[in-house]
Amino acid sequence: MKAATKQGGTARGVNSRTLKTHPANTARPLMPWRRIAVLVLFCAAVAMLAGRALDMQVLHSAFFERQGDARQLRTVSIPVHRGDIVDRNGEPFAVSTPVSSLWLNPQEATASTDLSEMAKLLSLDPARLREKIESNREREFMYLKRHVSPEVAQQALALHVPGVYQQHEFRRYYPAGEVAANVIGFADIDDNGQEGIELEFDAWLKGTPGKKRVIRDRLGRAFDDVERISTAQPGKTIQLSLDKRLQYLTYRTLKAAVLKHGAVGGSAVVLDAETGEVLAIVNQPSFNANDRGQMRPDATRNRAVTDVFEPGSTMKPLTVAMALESGRWKPWYKVETAPGYMRVLGNTIRDHRNYGDLDVGGVIEKSSNVGISKIALSLDAEDQLGMYRRLGLGSDTGSGFPGEAIGRLSGEALHNDFERASMAFGYGVSVTPLQLARAYAAFAADGVLKPVSFLRVDAGIGGQRVMSAETAREVRKMMRRVISDEGTGRRAAVANYSVAGKTGTVHKFAAGGYAEDRYMSIFAGMVPANDPRLVMVVMIDEPSNGEHFGGEVAAPVFSTVMTGAMRLLDVPPDQVRDGRLVLDSGTPDHGDDHA
Amino acid sequence: MSARRDFTVITVLLFAAVLASAIGLVYSKHQSRKLFVELEQANARIVSLSNDWGRLQLEQSAWSDHGRIERIARTRLGMKIPDANEVIFIKP
Repeated sequence: MKAATKQGGTARGVNSRTLKTHPANTARPLMPWRRIAVLVLFCAAVAMLAGRALDMQVLHSAFFERQGDARQLRTVSIPVHRGDIVDRNGEPFAVSTPVSSLWLNPQEATASTDLSEMAKLLSLDPARLREKIESNREREFMYLKRHVSPEVAQQALALHVPGVYQQHEFRRYYPAGEVAANVIGFADIDDNGQEGIELEFDAWLKGTPGKKRVIRDRLGRAFDDVERISTAQPGKTIQLSLDKRLQYLTYRTLKAAVLKHGAVGGSAVVLDAETGEVLAIVNQPSFNANDRGQMRPDATRNRAVTDVFEPGSTMKPLTVAMALESGRWKPWYKVETAPGYMRVLGNTIRDHRNYGDLDVGGVIEKSSNVGISKIALSLDAEDQLGMYRRLGLGSDTGSGFPGEAIGRLSGEALHNDFERASMAFGYGVSVTPLQLARAYAAFAADGVLKPVSFLRVDAGIGGQRVMSAETAREVRKMMRRVISDEGTGRRAAVANYSVAGKTGTVHKFAAGGYAEDRYMSIFAGMVPANDPRLVMVVMIDEPSNGEHFGGEVAAPVFSTVMTGAMRLLDVPPDQVRDGRLVLDSGTPDHGDDHA
Repeated sequence: MSARRDFTVITVLLFAAVLASAIGLVYSKHQSRKLFVELEQANARIVSLSNDWGRLQLEQSAWSDHGRIERIARTRLGMKIPDANEVIFIKP
C-alpha cells in the first residue's frame, strides 16, 4: 500500500509535468481503442441482458410460468391413522386400513379424454361419469371414487388419464360386523365418529394430521421434503371391557331367540359382577357396520342403553331388599296372598292364581304381585323409593355412552299407595337394561353398587354400599328359588352352576294404556349364585309366537349364554350333580390308566 | 501503523470466519436435509408397517371369526359341545 501511494505520487508528478510541457496531448490518450472497446463491451452486455429479459418475460413467459408452477413449495398435511378399538383381550372391533381415493380435476380432463377404461376399472357407469364431470366443469376437484384399494388406485393411475390424482385416506373396518355394531357404532367416510363408542371416544381415537413443507411437481407429487412443521399424531387405541367371545355368543343366542319368538327386538347385557365392566352388550335389530347402505336408521341404537322399559317383576328383589334392610321383615316371615288379588285405592292387583301364605322368598319365587304389594305398603314410602334410587334407577350408570337414557323414577308414588305398590312389581317406573343389570350387580357384589364401564378396568374399582352384605346374600338366596323346579325361571338353569335370578313379564304400554296382547319378556340373573361372577339381563320385546312369559322367552337365553360363558371364562362349577364329580388324587383306581 | 496492521489482521480473520460459517451453514443445511429425508423414510416405514399390522389383524380376525370356527367345528370336524350329563368333573 505504501509502495502504491509512492508510485501514485510519482505518476501524478510525472503527469503534471507532462501536462505543463505538452498541453496539446491531453485530448489524445495513449491508446484510444481501449476505451472504445470497454464501452462496446458494456453496451453489448446491456443489450444481451435486455435481450434475455425480453426473451424470458415476453417470448417464453408461458414456459417459465409452467416451470415456476412445477417447482412450488407447498404445505401438505400428513394423513393419520384413526385409533383401533379392541376388546379386553386385544381382539379388534374396529381397524383402519389405508385406501386411496381417486379424484379428478375437471379443468384438465377435456371432453375428448377417454374415460371408458377408467370407468370399467372402477366399475362406474361411463355415461354417468361423463355427466358428473360436465356438471362439475367449473370446479377443480371432484371425487372419481373414494376408498378403493391401493392396488386398484395404482392401476387407475397407470392409465395416465389427464387430471386424475389420488389421495391417501383410511377406511374403517369392523371385523365383528353386526355382532357389536350397536355398541361400537361407526365413523363416517371422513373418519368422524357418528355413533356409539366411535362417537363417545372420538377425540381419543382421532389423531392430529401433521404438516410438512414439500417441493411438489405439477402432478402434485412431492419430490422433495423440505421441513416438518408439525408432527403427525396417530389416533390412540382404545381397549374396551367387552369380551369378543362373549359378545358373539350373546348376540347369536339373542338373535336366535328373537327370531324364534317372532319378537320385534331385544337386548342383553352381561356385566362383570366384581368390576362393573360391560362384557357383552347386544341388541336386535342390528346392522352391518361395514355396509351401511341398507341400514335402517333405528337399527343403530344401542337399545340396552338408550331405550327404557318397565322392569315388571324383576323389580321385586329390589323391593324385598328394602324390606330386609328396614328390619321389619325377616326372610321367614309369612305374607298372606289369598285370595290371589287385593284392592288398593279402587284398583285391583292380581296374581296368576291364589298362592296362599308365602314367605318372603316365596313371594319372589312365585312372583306374587299381591305379596310384594303388601310388603311394599308396610314400608316407609321414602325408604322404598330411596332404595330404588340408591340402586341407580332414574340416574345414569356412569357409562358415558352417547344417548344414554336415565329412565323414570317419579316421586309421585310417595303419595299414592296404588302407584307405590305397582312400583314394587315394576310398573310406573322405567329403566334401561343396563341400569337393571347394574342394580342386580349390586346384589352380586354383596350390596356394593359399582359404576358401569365400557372400558377395561384394571385397578380395583370402588363403589357405594347400598345395602348390607347380609341383605344382598339373603336376596340372592331367595332368587335361587326362582330357578328351582317350583319357580318361574327354571329354564334359566345352568348345568353344574347355581343361578340366582328373576323373571319378568310386562304388558307393553301403548297409546291409552297397557296393551293386552303385547308383552316384554325379561330375565335378570347372576351365576354362580354363591359368589357371582357374571350378571346378565335379557329383554325380549313383543314375542309373538305364543310364548311370552319371561321364564319361557328370556330365561333360556340366559341359560345358553351363561353355560357358554362359564366355559369360556373357566369358572369352577359350584353345583355338580351327584355322580359327576370324581376325586383325582392319583390313587391307582383313578390314576392315568389310559396308557 | 501497528493499529492499522491489527485492523487488517482482524479483517482477514473475520473474512475467513464468515467464509467458514457460510460453508458450515451449507454443510449443516445439507445434513439437516439428509436427516430429514431419513426421518421421513423411517416414518414412512412406520406407517407402512402399521398398515400391514392393521391388514394382518383384519385378516386374522376374518379367519378366526367365531361364527366361522363354530361352523367348521360343527360341520367339517363334526364337533359338538358335550351335554351336561356327558361331563365328569375331576377334583384335583
